[in-house]
Amino acid sequence: MIEIRFHGRGGQGAAVASSLIADAIFSEGRNVQSFPMFGVERRGAPVAAFIRVDDKPIRVKCEVEEPAYVLVMDPTLIEAVDVTSGVKPKGTIVVNSPREPAEIGLDEAFDVRTFDGTTLAVEHGLGTRTAPIVNTTMLGAFAKITGLVGIDALAASIKKYFPRDRDGKNAKAARAAFEASRRG
Amino acid sequence: MREVVTGNHTVSHAARVARAQVVSAYPITPQTQVVEKISEFVADGIMDAKFIKVESEHSAMVACIGASAAGARAFTATSAQGLALMHEVLHWAANARLPVVLANINRAMGPPWTIWTDQIDSLSQRDTGWMQFYADSNQDIFDSILISFKVAEQVLLPAMVVLEAFFLSHTAEPVDFPEQEEADRFLPPRVATHTVDPEHPAAFGGLTGPDHYYELKYMEHNAMLEAEGVIKRAAREYGDITGRYYKMADPYACEDADTVLVVSGGIASTAKDAVDEARAAGKKLGSLKIWAFRPFPREAVRELLAGKKRVAVVDRNISFGQEGIFCTEVKASLYGRDGAPPVLGFIAGLGGRDVKVRDLLAIAEAAEKADCPEFNWYGAKP
Repeated sequence: MIEIRFHGRGGQGAAVASSLIADAIFSEGRNVQSFPMFGVERRGAPVAAFIRVDDKPIRVKCEVEEPAYVLVMDPTLIEAVDVTSGVKPKGTIVVNSPREPAEIGLDEAFDVRTFDGTTLAVEHGLGTRTAPIVNTTMLGAFAKITGLVGIDALAASIKKYFPRDRDGKNAKAARAAFEASRRG
Repeated sequence: MREVVTGNHTVSHAARVARAQVVSAYPITPQTQVVEKISEFVADGIMDAKFIKVESEHSAMVACIGASAAGARAFTATSAQGLALMHEVLHWAANARLPVVLANINRAMGPPWTIWTDQIDSLSQRDTGWMQFYADSNQDIFDSILISFKVAEQVLLPAMVVLEAFFLSHTAEPVDFPEQEEADRFLPPRVATHTVDPEHPAAFGGLTGPDHYYELKYMEHNAMLEAEGVIKRAAREYGDITGRYYKMADPYACEDADTVLVVSGGIASTAKDAVDEARAAGKKLGSLKIWAFRPFPREAVRELLAGKKRVAVVDRNISFGQEGIFCTEVKASLYGRDGAPPVLGFIAGLGGRDVKVRDLLAIAEAAEKADCPEFNWYGAKP
């Protein structure tokens, strides 16, 4: 079983992103489970969301402690919460940042990867520089880096989750992020 | 059709597929999404139902009682303090023999203020005359609601389907939804008798003296006993349509087990992974999920637990000063029976404290120690 944790800030769409990618992975024939951090949410406060993926049915109904993959939607979260908590050695941590992985300040025991989702999201008209909507863009990068799901399945789930995005800005941004990222 | 859906939205879909005709509810975390989705279904014309907004849970249940008395299929959902506020009229619904179905999202009772899960809210309603089913997955939630309507309308008792806050309510996982025609075949429109009908005026629930009240309770008790057979038949019929067969007491690897964990709700699902892990290490562990709490599957519990070396009951609830409530029920079922195993009670997971595979393995291990106390607070901090 693969366990995944997303970190975001309340209102950034980390919980939506977790169910969206679970939906996409499920559409490719694997079993999934996704849930937000259990508790009260406040806009701007650190939040987390979780995903489980397995080829067998997933029976456990408890919290995720040791994720193999982590996605950090906002680099300022690294100072606020321990995004490496419970992460397995060599676990992959994908951070939304224009900086190089070595500049992020995370332990080098982890496979730290960066992707500038904010610039790409804003280029695609998803929010503004000060209030970017990065969740779909970062999902594109995360999908490519981890190899957990294909871009076509991801784009289909994005369209399902954002029916009012008639221009498909979210799916296009995710595709661009997917193409600009490197696997493994 | 299989879709990835949260427990809360599974409840909404079940009310839709069951063709509930009247839904009245008051929002409360963590149930709110149930009501939001149902109100969308009704507004979008996907669900042909009357959605009645009310000012409290007490009124929500009263609206369901009125609708059910008029012959409609009525549904509501709530949690914790909301269920407690309904308490008076929960008795009313059962005593009036109305087949209302309610989904309760288990949330611990305040104070201190809390939104996380335990079972005290629903178990406090044990003696209201409602049937109770504890779901262990989103699929179970959906299936239990359909089965509940079918059984409730036959035995004329209301039914409560119970799911844990967050561990089920906010967790999305694959759910297999039957085709509407399949669901309709299993659950045809309600055939109501003795309904409130202006064309045929009658009095309901009026003052009843000691001469008759006693016998009405006798009949209500018998209806609950009769429900056991009706549940088994309905579950079999549902299984024949969907391939999913529900059991009031559902054993997992129990047959040759030395130790059996008695579990309910989502913990029952986690317990299967614990059992597999224990088995892989050569330990004879099994689990028994209690799906139906009322009526309680006494016969099945006796048969399945007879001759075991020990039984550990995991209770996400407490009857203060006594023990876990499932534990008491299991003991009462086994009392005086040949081959009844020792029953050890473990409180765990109150107020949303996580119960993991390793916790269940630790409980099993503690139960296997010769000096294990009869009653335990698992993992309480000193």
